[in-house]
Amino acid sequence: MSVDIATVKRVARLARIAVTEDDASRMAGELNTILGFVEQLNEVDVAGVEPMTSVIPMEMKKRQDGVTDGNKAADIVANAPATDENFFLVPKVVE
Amino acid sequence: MTDLTRLTIAEARTKLRAKEIKATELTDAYVAAIQSANPSLNAYVAVTPDKARDMAKASDSKLAKGKGGALEGIPLGIKDLFATEGVHTQACSHVLDGFKPRYESTVTANLWADGAVMLGKLNMDEFAMGSSNETSHYGPVVNPWRRSRVETSVVPATHEGDGGFVSAGGTKQTKSYDNMQLVPGGSSGGSAAAVSAFLCAGATATDTGGSIRQPAAFTGTVGIKPTYGRCSRWGIVAFASSLDQAGPIARDVRDAAIMLKSMASVDAKDTTSVDRPVPDYEAALGRSVKGMKVGIPREYRVDGMPAEIEALWQKGIAWLKDAGAEIVDISLPHTKYALPAYYIVAPAEASSNLARYDGVRYGLRVPGKDIVEMYENSRAAGFGREVKRRIMIGTYVLSAGYYDAYYLQAQKVRTLIKRDFEQVFDAGVDVILTPATPSAAFGVADQDMAADPVKMYLNDIFTVTVNMAGLPGIAVPAGLDAHGLPLGLQLIGKPFEEETLFQAGNVIEQAAGRFQPEKWW
Repeated sequence: MSVDIATVKRVARLARIAVTEDDASRMAGELNTILGFVEQLNEVDVAGVEPMTSVIPMEMKKRQDGVTDGNKAADIVANAPATDENFFLVPKVVE
Repeated sequence: MTDLTRLTIAEARTKLRAKEIKATELTDAYVAAIQSANPSLNAYVAVTPDKARDMAKASDSKLAKGKGGALEGIPLGIKDLFATEGVHTQACSHVLDGFKPRYESTVTANLWADGAVMLGKLNMDEFAMGSSNETSHYGPVVNPWRRSRVETSVVPATHEGDGGFVSAGGTKQTKSYDNMQLVPGGSSGGSAAAVSAFLCAGATATDTGGSIRQPAAFTGTVGIKPTYGRCSRWGIVAFASSLDQAGPIARDVRDAAIMLKSMASVDAKDTTSVDRPVPDYEAALGRSVKGMKVGIPREYRVDGMPAEIEALWQKGIAWLKDAGAEIVDISLPHTKYALPAYYIVAPAEASSNLARYDGVRYGLRVPGKDIVEMYENSRAAGFGREVKRRIMIGTYVLSAGYYDAYYLQAQKVRTLIKRDFEQVFDAGVDVILTPATPSAAFGVADQDMAADPVKMYLNDIFTVTVNMAGLPGIAVPAGLDAHGLPLGLQLIGKPFEEETLFQAGNVIEQAAGRFQPEKWW
């Protein structure tokens, strides 16, 4: 499988990264190098092998469904580039 | 007076408790060392001298009363990946410009609770993605080690007057240094360089594919990646959540054991942290390795491996054998597939974890005509080339139609990699010995590495299997190459048997000695 410039642009769109024509053509080369490298995984016989879900066997921990944190709106917005009265400001999304 | 920055954590701990030195003196010595060295080495991206002095003062008052924690008054450097309340935390990325968290990571909170002093934040590859510390937004770190050459010249015998004997002649050795800047490895390059150059007593680091062990090997320091789940990941900027683990980089095995004991804990805020007691790792040092079964995996003898790495490995085998260990040849047949599988799993998880950097809640925002363009512009400007490359690979392998072919296949291969290790351990092997890296430190801006991303990835060929299987691994300095650069050996253990690594690592350290760069910075 190899990626072309149109695929790079589509993936960049999915990843929400703006790319120029130059970026896209450079990335196509780089991605193909990496995809070429990982291609060798196809030679491994994985018949009947379960995909890994947890590297260390452990039981999912459960806790009380209770409120343990909160009342820190000012902390939460403290690092935001644009805020107004503890709200995050973004460009208009609904007309 | 002796240079206080030369003391190990264990030595400083003794002197502090005996009130021979004060924590404030020790901290001041490190702050001065950082200020003079950092323009040359670029190991720190933020220094916090005021905070350090305040913490040291508090330690002094505890020590004066004969109180204090396990790391009371010990000055540490913190990798920029750990959230530190009110202090620069940017994963060395432009996208997190100005981010100062309102919370503290669990690992650093554990260290401060034990009395450690924070000197500042250490440079690293952007989002821990890299093996040379060159992807940092703050520029590369320079390795305190330089290549050297020893020239032997013949000094002729000299005579004076009537056969008056002055010198019998012989040979003279002169050591000259190459000025080429070398990388400290990555991604924890700032941590490794700072520990090696005496700019902190020890440092926190993280390891997703080799990011503690490879830089430790490149700088003559000791680095341990504990078992997945041993340290809480809460408050550590996430790269690949199923692989990331925190650990220390230290001057010697004992210091690494002391630090890991403080860093490790179960944590309600990280459900993958493990609820089992943290052993006294330091107590494992000095325990005999008599009868210990050490596995030597044949698959780690890779094509094109330099002869001196092979020789180093043989030396390590001999040291452990001399100490009474039993050496057995083993096979880990899926070793060669670990790196390709990693380059699917890690970018896939990264593409998901890094989706949060959108210019809304923190960091850099670059305006656009609508919200989507604002996201795209912010991320295009904020992420560096390597990070974008990995997000793109991750997005691609998770995209509709490719998930099974890439991601699912890689996770199945991962099961097989882990099974290889389980079978060897089930057969009675206690620990596995391998080289830590396929080479010594290379030059900053190496042309081959820059031209081919896969070449850079190959640095992690011996370390990445350990992350894929969630096992603990330690890198211990074991010798110098022909250019006088440090080389390391790696020990891999069973899950949660870090003690065995400290025990066997100590044997290697005792036999190999410790390695320190000659100060030029």
